[in-house]
Amino acid sequence: MASPEPSPTSAPASASGATVKRPGFWRRFSRHRLAVLGAVILALLAIACYGAAFVAPFPQDQQDLLLGPVPPSAEHWLGTDELGRDYLSEILYAGQLSLSLAIAVALISTAIGVFVGAVAGYRGGWVDDVFMRITDLFLVVPAIALLALALQGLGPSPVSIVIVLSLLGWTYIARVVRGQVVSLREREFIDAARVIGATHQQVLMRHVLPNLSGVIAVNVALAVAGAIIVESTLSFLGFGVQPPQSSWGNMLSQASGLIGTPKV
Amino acid sequence: MLRFTVRRLLYSLPVLLVGSFLLFWAVRTVFDPLLKLRAIRDPEVIARETERLGLNDGIFTQYGRWLTGFLSGDWGVSSRTEGSVRPMIESALTVTLQLLVWGVVFATIAAVLIGVWSAVRQYSFSDYALTGLSYLGLALPAFWFGLVLIQFLAVWPQQAFGWDKPAFFFIGLSSPGQDPSFIDTARHMVLPVLTLTVGLVAVWSRFTRASMLDALSSDYVRTARAKGVPRSRVVWNHALRNAWGPLVTVVALDSALLIGGLLVTEQVFSIPGMGRLFLDSLLAGDVFVLLPWMVITGAAVIILNLLADIAYGLLDPRVRVA
Repeated sequence: MASPEPSPTSAPASASGATVKRPGFWRRFSRHRLAVLGAVILALLAIACYGAAFVAPFPQDQQDLLLGPVPPSAEHWLGTDELGRDYLSEILYAGQLSLSLAIAVALISTAIGVFVGAVAGYRGGWVDDVFMRITDLFLVVPAIALLALALQGLGPSPVSIVIVLSLLGWTYIARVVRGQVVSLREREFIDAARVIGATHQQVLMRHVLPNLSGVIAVNVALAVAGAIIVESTLSFLGFGVQPPQSSWGNMLSQASGLIGTPKV
Repeated sequence: MLRFTVRRLLYSLPVLLVGSFLLFWAVRTVFDPLLKLRAIRDPEVIARETERLGLNDGIFTQYGRWLTGFLSGDWGVSSRTEGSVRPMIESALTVTLQLLVWGVVFATIAAVLIGVWSAVRQYSFSDYALTGLSYLGLALPAFWFGLVLIQFLAVWPQQAFGWDKPAFFFIGLSSPGQDPSFIDTARHMVLPVLTLTVGLVAVWSRFTRASMLDALSSDYVRTARAKGVPRSRVVWNHALRNAWGPLVTVVALDSALLIGGLLVTEQVFSIPGMGRLFLDSLLAGDVFVLLPWMVITGAAVIILNLLADIAYGLLDPRVRVA
């Protein structure tokens, strides 16, 4: 405090004002080789799936009934199904649906979870108690069973899949956010902001949430991955995406019946 | 310790009560218990059954009646098989527990060995290799991995060696029309238990590694090493003893959730356990099985959670204050 030099945190802010970026997110990110690798794989996957019209070797659902099912070859890299449809193209087109569902679920469930967790952690008291009991309830019954039950009731359309997965998926991030907010709440800068006259809403939005950006970003990434698996699992069990629409899960489900049968 | 246990027990009762009511309400809203009878199109039958089951009463009355029946051991009759529900759930539970116990035992042993190995050699080649493998294990969905195991360990060897039966079976838990023998059951259990174990080891070994690293960097480990306790004893006696706590909680909670959560493994290997029972009942709209099923699995989670807390208290006296 008594050091004669200006403190390093205040220096850049006064030097060039608004143009100064916060210590580069991209620089920190790019130093993580595994994270970069993951991002590159995900980007390639997304480009291949959403650009399937240009990337895929065959048009969607193009049948070749005379060809029938063939093993992988130079023309059909992953072989074809019983209607002679190219599996690689089918996988790419199915990925559009699987990825879109997963991204929607990740964003919606994270948004709900962050909102509930932040409010519960910041308000404390009975709001917090009620919230904790609700997440306890969600822990008790296996999620996959609840999902199947809910989809049976709502009917398995892509929209209801997104709604049901989001409504069941928010509790994890809500718990994490709540825990972080409870400890942030006691920090000096929150008191300082309150003393200056910031409302509770401003404190939450401007001072608490930015401190959680790391946790939230990680959760969105994990939630996309988790949602892809859950959607595939549900479709595999027959409660998810229904034919003729294909997703990664129901493609696998249809193919699984062929295991142990001789080659044709 | 006793007070702690009793308090936790009393605290879980309302959770179970509210949870079972919400489930009752949800199932009652989503499904029509008389679905099967509606096909007959006989208004007299519908009216009689509605009267007999008291479906016109308020939801609380219906819940109360169901709960009294459930607690006194009368779990009703399945609308799918027309058999009594209780033996159905009991036999499914036995089958699932058989799988689960073997899976959990193998997975715990493997996870502790792998976790301790990686923690002791942190940032070595083997640590990175095991970390990579466990991420791979996390990314493999059970339905895919189970199918791959069937293809690689059962179908291909059988074709390659021209056996008349595969080395490991992948349908059910015993061969039909044969007296159950140990060898036969074991040949049925290998693949599903392996599927289950790989997924669990991936998660649990990460936990063991993290909590071992935590323990190994504590002061008492340095003290023990400084006064000359051999390294292996420090690792296995001092550090592992303290690293057990979090692992026990995770193992208990995950196992509890798997009682009803083995849907996929049981579906892939056609095993008549709790998961299959749930799916079959759900597809048939059999509310009479769904409700007790959910209450049993929910109660299992709460009880195992409680046991985990007690075990944690026994392993680590510092947390007994609560």
